[in-house]
Amino acid sequence: MSAAVIDAKGVNLVFQTGDGPVQALKDVNLTVGKGEFVSFIGPSGCGKTTLLRTIAALEHPTAGQLTINGMTPDEARRKRAYGYVFQAAGLYPWRTIAKNIALPLEIMGFSKGEQQARVDRVLELVELSGFGNKFPWQLSGGMQQRASIARALAFDADILLMDEPFGALDEIVRDRLNEELLKLWNRTGKTICFVTHSIPEAVYLSTKIVVMSPRPGRITDIIDSPLPRERPLDIRDTKAFIDIAHRVREGLRAGHSDE
Amino acid sequence: MKLGPVLTVLLATLVLWYGAAVWLNAAWTFDQAARDGGDITFALLISDTMAQQRPVLPPPHQVAAELWKGLTAFPVTSKKSLVYHGYVTLVSTFSGFLLGSFLGIFLAVGIVQSRTMELGFMPWAVISQTVPVVAIAPMIVVLSNSLGFGDYLGLSNALVSKTIIAAYLSYFPVLIGMVKGLRSPDQMQLDQLKTYNATETQGFLKLRFPASVPYLFTSLKVGIAASLVGAIVGELPTGAIEGLGARMLIGSQFGSPIIVWAALFAAAILAGVLILIVRAIENLVTLRMGVRA
Repeated sequence: MSAAVIDAKGVNLVFQTGDGPVQALKDVNLTVGKGEFVSFIGPSGCGKTTLLRTIAALEHPTAGQLTINGMTPDEARRKRAYGYVFQAAGLYPWRTIAKNIALPLEIMGFSKGEQQARVDRVLELVELSGFGNKFPWQLSGGMQQRASIARALAFDADILLMDEPFGALDEIVRDRLNEELLKLWNRTGKTICFVTHSIPEAVYLSTKIVVMSPRPGRITDIIDSPLPRERPLDIRDTKAFIDIAHRVREGLRAGHSDE
Repeated sequence: MKLGPVLTVLLATLVLWYGAAVWLNAAWTFDQAARDGGDITFALLISDTMAQQRPVLPPPHQVAAELWKGLTAFPVTSKKSLVYHGYVTLVSTFSGFLLGSFLGIFLAVGIVQSRTMELGFMPWAVISQTVPVVAIAPMIVVLSNSLGFGDYLGLSNALVSKTIIAAYLSYFPVLIGMVKGLRSPDQMQLDQLKTYNATETQGFLKLRFPASVPYLFTSLKVGIAASLVGAIVGELPTGAIEGLGARMLIGSQFGSPIIVWAALFAAAILAGVLILIVRAIENLVTLRMGVRA
């Protein structure tokens, strides 16, 4: 956890809307180190997704400084520094799973052989080997979301940005995917930014939990998790886990109380 | 059984049609009888209205017989053969359909790409469809004859003008469908391409075009039927002697509704076949594109 992969200093973002300006992000200061797993948690409208989109250069700060790997977000995007996993899997129904995963590789101009090798590797990484020739509709929702993670991993970006990737899945599937995501993080050493509104999910996954509040969207607490990197599911019953969850909940409540 | 409702509707249509034929053709039968001073029995009324030379409404069997005669009784190269006339109409339907479809797709791409083009062209496209085709068809015929496009292209001027009229009718549904189809990808999908730093062209080829395919085929089915109408309308004012439209014109000029109706049915059958062909191609393509079997 040495060099800052993501560094935000006084980042503000104001949307101009028909009802006047809306402050989506206010004075966001955040440093994410290499290999960290950071969760952004907060109620709707707290700007957690906006912050992630700003990191991805899908939105642009109206004030403050934001660097990704020492570059501006736009430069980082052009250098393909990150893979982005959206809330919906967003697989193209006319492409097989393998061809869906190959989509960014085609766009980035990898050779056919290289595409094949990478697709096979990430399919194995998300435990979907043997499903490459299936079409998306032949897979369950959880499997589709795994395929979309594989697609984000295929081009070896060292940052993975995930916007409530498991939000639409049921809890049992979500638990399993959380476990697999941790394993994947351990194996690949990627830096992961993860947006969620589930407290247990945030605490279970993260090395750092960023608690956010709405109106204006801002960070109210940053919690460095003392939990070990190796986390079986039943770590959620330990005192350390429950203490962190409690602090997150308090942070969320505090954010609400100043309305 | 799915056939049940289909047969019921068909039967009801036939009953209505026969009833209407008796009713509409009866006046002539009564006139004749009054002139000859004869009496009309019910049986006589029926048999006469079913077999007039120039009925107001030819009953189904007369139309079917004329259609069958037109299709089978003459060599297919004969001017009396409906196969020959159908073929003439088919050629201009296809050429107009191809031209119109490409034009529609081309304009849709431009409109989706450029706001200026949308503002500048879309209103004209809509206006173009409010002008009755029967009004504009003769002008197209006159213009393309006097400009002699056909001579440059080594085609007959009649084919060129019919192609233009058919394309004029068929480009519009393709344009509208493709604009909608090319815009069907949602913001998330577009954002995703942005995260790959994809170019505009890559976005078109990998996302917008494939996403628009279902819309394209829906429009092509409307478009090919519109092309056929355009080709037939194009045959009316040309003084054409070939094609189903010319056949209909001859039938009405000679006061022979049976010929008109037979040509009408030939056109309907042709339209049905054309739509089936488009649908077959659609099935092939969507199967390859992984649509749920």
